[in-house]
Amino acid sequence: MTARLLQTREWIHGWLLVLPAMVFLFAFTHIPAIATIWHSFFSTPRGRRPSRFIGVENYEKMLADPVFWKVLGNNLWFALGTIPTSVAIALVMALWVNDRLSGRSFVRMAYFTPTVLPLIAVANIWLFFYTPGFGLFDQITGALFGWPQSNLLGSPASALNAVIVVTVWKEAGFFMIFYLAALQSIPVSLREAALIEGASRWTIFWRITFPLLMPTTLFVSINAVINSFRLIDHIFLLTDGGPDYASTVLLFYIYETAFEYWETGYGATLTVALLFMMALLAIGQFFFLDRRIHYK
Amino acid sequence: MPDVMPLAAPGTSSPAPAARAAASGGQSIRLAGVTKTWGATTAVDNIDLDVPAGSFTVLLGPSGCGKSTTLRMIAGLEPIASGQLLFGVRDVTRLPAAQRDISMVFQSYALFPHLSVAENITFGLKVRRVSRAERDARLKRVAALLGLSGLIHRKPSELSGGQQQRVALGRAIIAERPICLMDEPLSNLDAKLRHEMRVEIRALQQQLGFTMVYVTHDQVEAITMADQVVLMNSGRIEQVASPREIYARPASPFAARFIGTPPMNILDLDAMTGGMATGLLLGIRPEAVERASADRPATLSGTVSAIEFLGADTLVDCTVGTQTLQLRLAGGADIERGELLALHLPQHELHLFDAATGLRQDHRLHEIGPLLRL
Repeated sequence: MTARLLQTREWIHGWLLVLPAMVFLFAFTHIPAIATIWHSFFSTPRGRRPSRFIGVENYEKMLADPVFWKVLGNNLWFALGTIPTSVAIALVMALWVNDRLSGRSFVRMAYFTPTVLPLIAVANIWLFFYTPGFGLFDQITGALFGWPQSNLLGSPASALNAVIVVTVWKEAGFFMIFYLAALQSIPVSLREAALIEGASRWTIFWRITFPLLMPTTLFVSINAVINSFRLIDHIFLLTDGGPDYASTVLLFYIYETAFEYWETGYGATLTVALLFMMALLAIGQFFFLDRRIHYK
Repeated sequence: MPDVMPLAAPGTSSPAPAARAAASGGQSIRLAGVTKTWGATTAVDNIDLDVPAGSFTVLLGPSGCGKSTTLRMIAGLEPIASGQLLFGVRDVTRLPAAQRDISMVFQSYALFPHLSVAENITFGLKVRRVSRAERDARLKRVAALLGLSGLIHRKPSELSGGQQQRVALGRAIIAERPICLMDEPLSNLDAKLRHEMRVEIRALQQQLGFTMVYVTHDQVEAITMADQVVLMNSGRIEQVASPREIYARPASPFAARFIGTPPMNILDLDAMTGGMATGLLLGIRPEAVERASADRPATLSGTVSAIEFLGADTLVDCTVGTQTLQLRLAGGADIERGELLALHLPQHELHLFDAATGLRQDHRLHEIGPLLRL
């Protein structure tokens, strides 16, 4: 009897301990997610017309919406443009500053600066770089090759790519810190043992260093994927999604739909689509990559 | 499977690699005026050393004496500031580690944590593009030799310390290189395992016939395993000798005190003889000091200040004048603190060193004989 009572008390204590975390998790993650899914089946309330249940009408609208498909394509291109490049650059920079070189701490700091700067400030700097005529790029290309002035942010063909460059610049330094920490935790003797066995630098990297960095690569690439859907602040400043949705990504479109046009029902539907894709990606990454990674 | 499988046990040793290594044999190593500096400090100071082919040479010394740096220079992991390094007749002073055709066992074992035991052992063969069939055949032999056959698909983290050590050994011997270097390989093992591995490594070296350079700070390891002990102190070589000789005829007070436990007594003769023999140090091992008796006349006397019973024998500290003399007496000697002991120091057990240069002064031993009988 007392044993049972004790068990009940332990059970209550356990739940009390997780309660604070659960409250926040539910209030800010689970309930909004469920509410979003719920709202996606209702029409947007307007004036005297309250919202009403409309079934999958919003979803039909979404699938028929050419902007949705364009934005989704943009997002895919944005992800493909930013993730591999920023991860690869981060790794190369980390390998570089992990070596003994003079002024190493200065270089490390320089690489990390873009991460410390607020994205809005970053966007402002790049806005200057991209300015047609007297921006940094035009001045350089004009002086060196005599090229005419360009409008990288203003033309549909180049706007998204220009945004991608800014994102890579912003993210690579951040990811580098993780790679640098991982590199420093690999014992030097492993490299020396491989050297004695006759391995070249190239072999050591591919057979020893890179596999041991895989947990970091997984972590960094998941972050990169999430960021490719999540980072939109600089788009507001650089292009405002334009021209003609050329640099709009999904989250930007959701914001525009829900908070500029106040199409909250349709906004909820687009959000569900985003959530669905993120969940799919996360699950895929964990299941496919996790098995092939060595954790210490 | 037992954790430790002695190599000498019948059935575990395969004759093939032994015959092969014996045919290729070890390679001699020669260091001529080798120096290593770190900025202003000199880690290794102009050392000359000959390591005969197929020998087991131990670099011994306290931490910071330059023994590991010397080994790393032989390995090619540290550049040599000046001097020359030869393997056989080949000058390898400027050759990168990868081309020196050596193997090495690290203190931390340096096993690749993401690779299996088999992949760890055959790493070097794979790098050198040895065929798969050849790799598998060699792996089988080495795994059998080291008692690792049942473990080759495990990761290093799934092995005990002793097993990890064996994998590191396997990686070192599989390529049958003429030279093998070991940097304090046993320091991470417990005392019992250390003893077993000591015997095993020695047996392996003799069986395969390669040249071994082994770094340790443990004089017991050096004495039990080595053909040749190289005693180092602050970047210089103090003495190069066989274990027997370094114990029997230490070249300096440092060597005398570093080899043997408890260390040799070093007494200042100046104080003992009242200034009649200046600038000389007298050494005698605790186990060589005897209690005086009818046929062993008393050489000096001392007051017992401490007694330490060790079981098989007893360590007794005596105060002689202002100095302390330690002696080791067999069994539980019936001695009390404060007792005055008459001691006999046999003439042939005495070592005489110059206080200034540290050199042996054997030719002056006859001079101090009469002085000690005061």
